Amino acid sequence: MLCQECSKRQASVHFTKIVNGEKMELKLCEVCAKERGDLDLGHGEHFSFHKLLAGLLDIDELQVIGEKVIEKVTCKNCGLTEQVFVNSGRLGCSTCYETFGFKLNPLLKRIQGGTAHVGKVPVRAGGKIRIKREMQNLRDKLNLCIAKENFEQAAIIRDEIRQLEKETERGGS
Amino acid sequence: MSLDNFIKKHASNWMKEGKGEYSDIVISSRIRLARNIDNIPFPQLADQNQQKQVEKMVSETIDNKDHYRFLLMSSLSYEDRLTLVEKHLISPTLINESKYSGVWLNNEETVSIMINEEDHIRIQVVLPSLNLEEGLQVADEIDNLIESKLEYGFDEQKGYLTACPTNLGTGLRASVMVHLPALVLTKQINRVLTAVSQLGLAVRGIYGEGSESLGNILQISNQVTLGQSETEIIDNLRRVSKQIIDHELNSRKYLMEENKVALLDKVYRAYGILSNAYTITSKEALELLSYVKLGVDLELLDGINPHFFKELIVITRPGFLQKLYGQQLSSEVRDIKRAEVIREVLQKK
Ligand SMILES: [Zn+2]
Ligand SMILES: [Zn+2]
Repeated sequence: MLCQECSKRQASVHFTKIVNGEKMELKLCEVCAKERGDLDLGHGEHFSFHKLLAGLLDIDELQVIGEKVIEKVTCKNCGLTEQVFVNSGRLGCSTCYETFGFKLNPLLKRIQGGTAHVGKVPVRAGGKIRIKREMQNLRDKLNLCIAKENFEQAAIIRDEIRQLEKETERGGS
Repeated sequence: MSLDNFIKKHASNWMKEGKGEYSDIVISSRIRLARNIDNIPFPQLADQNQQKQVEKMVSETIDNKDHYRFLLMSSLSYEDRLTLVEKHLISPTLINESKYSGVWLNNEETVSIMINEEDHIRIQVVLPSLNLEEGLQVADEIDNLIESKLEYGFDEQKGYLTACPTNLGTGLRASVMVHLPALVLTKQINRVLTAVSQLGLAVRGIYGEGSESLGNILQISNQVTLGQSETEIIDNLRRVSKQIIDHELNSRKYLMEENKVALLDKVYRAYGILSNAYTITSKEALELLSYVKLGVDLELLDGINPHFFKELIVITRPGFLQKLYGQQLSSEVRDIKRAEVIREVLQKK
């Protein structure tokens, strides 16, 4: 058949694209296909990255050793299964980072150089992180006081911890 | 509509403004922040209701709606969406996303807030010339505003949580689009590109991922998003860009002093073809426009509008040509119209 774009040359390339959730098929000649490819500004690099990542995620040492099917993890927030995650290399939601961290974290070291975030912190999360750190700090102090049998001081710190816990429960940031 | 009026009406700010640092070599600077709402599935996995919900949640955070307009992808024609990509206002990815993918564009067309792209929210700022700092500042303010109303997916160690792990951390992709004809002519470009990739930066063609370097235009952007702060990222990019620009300037000087005949030949042949051709492909047009631009920069050619290059590299793209002529055009007709537009712009004295 003839190319649907120029109606002149023979169509030799099939083009599929999703527009508004509907699949559209285009049959184009090589010249027009090349031009389209120009327009469609390929997702090539991303695709290969995901394939690469997926390939690396798929190495399941436990399975190899045990030679039996191990129950796979599923994200309880978005429903992404380990299988789909391993096949696609893509995460489903922010919770997935906790769910699949055990698989992803070793790879992140390779992809991102293995370092922790040092950039901007959202104001809300910033508050939570601050409280989390403060809480940890107080618990350490509390343990120290108990170890030293300084119970009077320990009681004060315990109250401070309770106060902070109440604040976080209220969603205070 | 005359071509002049068409350009006036459809050019974005980065295509018009000529001033700024290295504005002859740096076409534009771009900042992009990727953000997601906590616990809602990322667009690729979200169902229609969730996507609709995300669109509503993000749209409600846009305060001064007088300065913005919202474009829902599914309500635009394919050509209109293509035009937005050609102007670098939206990413190619957004074109094909779902029913509730859209963008909030400010009136100056410097800010795009994309919704339901690969991530729920992509804040993008495009400015002319080398100006990453201002871009980051603008993006940062918008980010703060949205974040004051929405809970982002964020982790202390991993930073902003994104659909693809390559954006984790700052979620920041900063890039500069540079025009480097002299480095290509003097065959230095590959050495420069190798060096750049060793510095943790990526180099791509004019339309991003996977596209070739048409018209001697390249985009340099950061690769790493985790373990470096936003300021460090743009600082690094800026330093490297400056060095590349210096190399380009030195190569231009070298061509002027040591190889002038070859340079003049390249520039005037390009000008000759562009001002006389009756049909031209977008690839050939971009390549030749690059050398005419070089001629204008080196004052070998005069009487050409200083913005012609930035305007023409966009207007001669397929989506834009179809917009200019108000109809779908086959690739043959596009080649003819492209030649016509270029002749008109170059002939103006
Ligand atoms: Zn064709
Ligand atoms: Zn999930």
